[in-house]
Amino acid sequence: MQISVLSGKGGTGKTTIATNLAVIMGGYYVDCDVEEPNGFIFLKPNISKSKDVSIPTPQIDYTKCTLCKKCVQVCQFNALGIAGNQVVVFEKLCHGCGACLLACPDGAISEKERAIGKIDAGQSGELKCLQGVLNVGEPMAGPIIRDLKEMVKEESSLIDCSPGSSCNVVKAISGAHYAILVTEPTAFGLHDLKIAVELVRKLKLPFGLIINRGNDDNRMIIDYCEKEKIRLLGVIPFDRRVAEIYSRGNLLIEDEHYREIFEELAENIREVVRCS
Amino acid sequence: MKVCVSSSGKEKSSNVDFRFGRCSYFAIYDSENAEFKALENAGIASAQGAGIAAAQQVVDEKVDAVITGNMGPNAMNLLKAAGIKIFGAAGGTVEGAIKLFQENKLESIEKPAPAHSGMGNQKRGW
Repeated sequence: MQISVLSGKGGTGKTTIATNLAVIMGGYYVDCDVEEPNGFIFLKPNISKSKDVSIPTPQIDYTKCTLCKKCVQVCQFNALGIAGNQVVVFEKLCHGCGACLLACPDGAISEKERAIGKIDAGQSGELKCLQGVLNVGEPMAGPIIRDLKEMVKEESSLIDCSPGSSCNVVKAISGAHYAILVTEPTAFGLHDLKIAVELVRKLKLPFGLIINRGNDDNRMIIDYCEKEKIRLLGVIPFDRRVAEIYSRGNLLIEDEHYREIFEELAENIREVVRCS
Repeated sequence: MKVCVSSSGKEKSSNVDFRFGRCSYFAIYDSENAEFKALENAGIASAQGAGIAAAQQVVDEKVDAVITGNMGPNAMNLLKAAGIKIFGAAGGTVEGAIKLFQENKLESIEKPAPAHSGMGNQKRGW
């Protein structure tokens, strides 16, 4: 059972919601925002294991290569070029699909693994924690997200996604059983929420909404929810105390008032997940 | 000697396109036989690696030099591996750029522009 937390707009509080809920609901917390994972700042797990994530990239054996160019032609990602008497491999453009290997009639291509990032595993109290970390300068996050999802499969897990509605988000929410959308009551929040709603509907994923930094403007989000028949799971109020706890790197549920709010949220989520 | 100019159109009178990887056409002039032709840039629609696809096309045409505005790091790597020289044009027409090149008045480009600088306000792939 995977529950994904996404937002559309960045900075609405995905990680705040995902980390606090994960502690209350148990199972796994999985940080799939691999370009900038930050959930571990709040959960502070003891990292007990790390492993590299790599993708296979082509290596040319010039004793066999005839410069026939079939590898260049088959590559959908323009990761190969032939110039002079060499095959130039642009590793960062390579998706590791292996098409060049299959296309080469002379068996001149072999694959070597190239690390693009890592996965850290640890424990925070009862909660199992995973985070993906993409190496700086690497363009492709997909393989790390795929490996993270593969590690939790059917386990109860809260998946913390990257902002937006890019490939990385699609990968992180694919195969989830439920999605929690997090927004804020601003015009930007609403605008990007609509894009996120379009995405989860396209993937036929049941979902509900949490308003973070709720204030007098909540109405604009609530009106939209009513019109679109979207379930509102709860509201976290706009409160200086939240900013204080957050900026110390602590979890909101360490505060009794917020623990109650998150326990109620968790109860709502358990109920809708049971029904959907 | 064969020289290739990144061009916004198919004619000698077309303007030089400052982008390399995502220019519209490659205008190719062969000084041996004074032959001129324009090819569509096959790399222009690539979701990624447009510069590499464009450079491969130019390499395959066996040109000796390329004249453009900016060139990204990947395209430059491939052209350099093929021993093709790269020159910068300040503007004007394809014909004008070729003339300046023949008079040795163009400066060679040694450093690549930042990746994706030719994408302008086009919609990104994602």
